[in-house]
Amino acid sequence: MNPADQAAVAAQGGEPRRIEMGSIATHDPSAFSESCVSLCRGGARLSAMLTIPTPAGADVIALLLRDHEGRARLLRMQVAAGGEYPALTAHLPQAQAFERELFEDHGIHPVGHPWLKPLRRHAELEGTVREDRTVPSPGSGAAWPGPSPRALRHPFLVVEGSDVHEVAVGPVHAGIIEPGHFRFECHGEEVLHLEIQLGYQHRGVEGLMTRSSEARRLVVAESVAGDSVIGHALAHCQVVETLAGAEPPMRAQVLRGIALELERVANHVGDLGALCGDIGYLPGASYFGRLRGEFLNALMEISGNRFGRGLLVPGGVRFDIPEDVRRDLLARLETVERDFHRTAELVFGTQSVLARFEGTGVLTEMAAEQLGLVGPAARASGCDRDVRRDHPSGVYRFAYIPPAVAADGDVLARALVRRLEVERSLTFVREQLGALPEGPLRVPLGAPAGDCLAYSVVEGWRGECAHLAVTDAAGSVAGYRIVDASLHNWFGLALAMRGGQISDFPLCNKSFNLSYAGHDL
Amino acid sequence: MFKTLKERLQQGHRTSSWPRGPAELPGRFRGLPVLDASRCRTGCRACADACPTGAIQLAPLRLDLGRCLFCPVCQESCPEEAIRFGGDHRLATRRREDLETRSDAGELRLARALDGKMRRLFGRSLKLRQVSAGGCNGCEAELVALGNVVFDLGRFGIQFVASPRHADGLVITGPVTLNMRRALLETYDAVPSPRIVIAVGACAISGGPVAGATASSDGVGPLLPVDLFVPGCPPHPFTLLDGLLRLLGRLESGHRS
Repeated sequence: MNPADQAAVAAQGGEPRRIEMGSIATHDPSAFSESCVSLCRGGARLSAMLTIPTPAGADVIALLLRDHEGRARLLRMQVAAGGEYPALTAHLPQAQAFERELFEDHGIHPVGHPWLKPLRRHAELEGTVREDRTVPSPGSGAAWPGPSPRALRHPFLVVEGSDVHEVAVGPVHAGIIEPGHFRFECHGEEVLHLEIQLGYQHRGVEGLMTRSSEARRLVVAESVAGDSVIGHALAHCQVVETLAGAEPPMRAQVLRGIALELERVANHVGDLGALCGDIGYLPGASYFGRLRGEFLNALMEISGNRFGRGLLVPGGVRFDIPEDVRRDLLARLETVERDFHRTAELVFGTQSVLARFEGTGVLTEMAAEQLGLVGPAARASGCDRDVRRDHPSGVYRFAYIPPAVAADGDVLARALVRRLEVERSLTFVREQLGALPEGPLRVPLGAPAGDCLAYSVVEGWRGECAHLAVTDAAGSVAGYRIVDASLHNWFGLALAMRGGQISDFPLCNKSFNLSYAGHDL
Repeated sequence: MFKTLKERLQQGHRTSSWPRGPAELPGRFRGLPVLDASRCRTGCRACADACPTGAIQLAPLRLDLGRCLFCPVCQESCPEEAIRFGGDHRLATRRREDLETRSDAGELRLARALDGKMRRLFGRSLKLRQVSAGGCNGCEAELVALGNVVFDLGRFGIQFVASPRHADGLVITGPVTLNMRRALLETYDAVPSPRIVIAVGACAISGGPVAGATASSDGVGPLLPVDLFVPGCPPHPFTLLDGLLRLLGRLESGHRS
């Protein structure tokens, strides 16, 4: 490894780190591809790719995480406008979404990509205004006009044969759910192939992150995925703090951890209820549904909002947990924890529930590994990865939550992982509430460092929330990348459906419960 | 079976007593902001400059609930406590302009009921179709929560249905992304007339946190006639219930107390 590469070895112990842009070695495109592939073959995975348009083309930076060592690597290449490089996806299926993005947003062609279908732009949407693609990013000369109409008309994979039929669902679905299009190729009830086409929720979030004030950036981060407010706000705050070289007070770090785990618990409990609803087991749906609200209300008790909006701020937290609230929360959590255990016993002790969950929507460990899945969906397929342990930041450097891992990769495994995570997170919350460190809630932040890259990874309830920011010489944000767990995981759902019954789709979908807005940004 | 019944008994009755009883909300809940312009220092712009969505106008001090995220930034930035968030969850209005709050209270109109014919049609049974058009899943999650045993929307004769053909109106969340515009308009066309449109959350009303984003509009308003605006980020389920029931004339209309 050359000295510049060593300087780019970013994190030890998973601390969010700041790296001077000048110290990140630039590879030529083919060396970049080779290094990414060989690092991933050696156990790393692609966490995020950030692209900054330059007058000459684009500066692409990949963040690779080596979970088993708790280390990170940054790899960088410069590609000329309209240039090409050997596609990672040909060897690393986990890169598929990142490279499709690179192609549609910046016109860089990953040669050999097996499925270069636009991620957020579709032929049938062309003709609607697409001015987002013509806003020049900072530092860029001309804007990339977007893929050609021919590239956009990337057809769905069609299975042909007698008795094969196609089912198209969405973007508007039957329930209260975000929009996306699902195209099933079926033989009778059996799903031969599912293609998921998203992009309907694309708002232009990353553009706002570079153009806006810090106050605005924070509320945008809170709105990446409305059920992962704390996860994304925390990743964002850590990036801003890292750029400013600040460390929030210990009390704030603990309160952030409590909020993140309450968010995890609320969502997992809600999803367990929704899984029961999807199989028509109403006692589980009702009791878990009510319990979810109890955990949201605990977050509201702390932050004034059921999703924890407004709690986090770069430098610390806005709200304290005073002594009376602390005691009240502990007492209340004890009751709802008991209710959760009883409901979980009931649900997981009911054979008709187990019969529907077991063997449904299996995703193998190999598939999860190759697709780079993260979060509970990965752990349910046997991939032992959890940012809280592997790349800890904040309170997780001092408190250990054992990751919950299952082997079978079916709906039951994903449900059981959720159940275990609820139990372990509640233990964590109780312990932390029992011993809150004294001290201030916030530290003032200095100016962000110029010409630097900072990144932060947080284990949100759905999986990894990765935020990367690059500053220009004046310290302004020149590029900002948000990767929600959903970007890694949607393909996992498509594969889990293969060979399954189409009527199991709602159940499978809920067991992953991925974010559309977090994917589309 | 015995275990199931025993657990049912232990779970007890969980449905909120609202609207007969109070909406139970904790002290820190941020509801209707209370403004006191008489406290403003001359020339002070602290709150307006700090607000992430530009919801605050000065001279005189006024706040647009349609843009407001109910975040604590303005309250925190004001040196004179001229803005503080109160605990009133009742926020929904029929007209966009009614969402502007001023310090001289009493001017604001909560949602009035639908007129006679619409009320006769929908007053006792309202079927709604939800469309998320760029919503982050915060508003959607609270709309789902309306169906749980605590809020139990069904007891008011209101129900979310799967098809726009079966619906009396649309509940729209999100700023309306360019990619959802067509799907939203086609869904609206599929709802039989007379129909109503309810805009839920800051995004659907004004673009909210993502106003000005290049791949989306700034709310439903320019596209469809909106009958009810429910502000919030996201609105609390009680705020949603309050708006829906006022629209149907099932709660007393009138001024905010």
